Amino acid sequence: MVRDNQTWLAHLGGTGPDQQAALSDLREVLLRGLRRALSHRAGGGEEFLEDVIQDSLVRILERLPQFEGRSRFLTWSMSVATRVAMSELRRRRWKDVSLETLVDGPDPATERAVNHHPGPDMQWERQAILDTMHAVIRNDLTPKQRTALLAELRGMPQDEIARQLGSSRNALYKLTHDARKGLKRGLEEAGFTAEDIRAVFTG
Amino acid sequence: MSLSKEEIDTLIRLIGLTRDDEIDCERCLTLVAEFAEQVLAGRSIPAGLEAVAHHLSVCEECCEEYEALLEALKAIDG
Repeated sequence: MVRDNQTWLAHLGGTGPDQQAALSDLREVLLRGLRRALSHRAGGGEEFLEDVIQDSLVRILERLPQFEGRSRFLTWSMSVATRVAMSELRRRRWKDVSLETLVDGPDPATERAVNHHPGPDMQWERQAILDTMHAVIRNDLTPKQRTALLAELRGMPQDEIARQLGSSRNALYKLTHDARKGLKRGLEEAGFTAEDIRAVFTG
Repeated sequence: MSLSKEEIDTLIRLIGLTRDDEIDCERCLTLVAEFAEQVLAGRSIPAGLEAVAHHLSVCEECCEEYEALLEALKAIDG
């Protein structure tokens, strides 16, 4: 059955046979889409797909009032399902990695950045930028911002950092956004614009 | 705390992209379906969705989900 956005909302938000039929059709579409999207990803087998589709349907029903009608309903539903699926894949991949170990473990070998034959002026400026960055991270960021930023730089997904910090992905994004803004501001106050930094590190 | 060369490169890139006003992952999820439809239709991105493009450039997770969404949409529309 072909439904427009309003019909999807009416059927899914209702009860009885219309709702059951809509759920069944939606389930089939999500399964087809996710099967393709996850086909080349480890861990995305049929059993995983079944679990993810169930969670996605619950999430879509919860979020129905947030659908603004700016796209087709099925596109929006698929965006919710891909978030559920990718979040779950990341969670399974990272669930045994401790945030503490990742952040407090031995520092990686520090290799001073890029351009292997910089002139002395550029080398000095690069070092000054790095020193400023480290100073802002050490002195101006909160411990939580430092932890989140470092974990993210070391590859841990935001969902997992948030879970281990007892937070949400959205709050985590705000935390690291504030950290980035603090770093940008600190560098600007030290006289380094975004253009200067780009020139020194990619020049 | 020392940063590796890769971490420094990533941080420098992110600082360069940082804006005072950015949408968060929830708002991105609300808008990304419309964004994906525009992209798949080959239409230019309207100003109201530029914030999604920016968010995808700084948020690895949302970007990964967006790429999976494009794949999924090709399966259901193709």
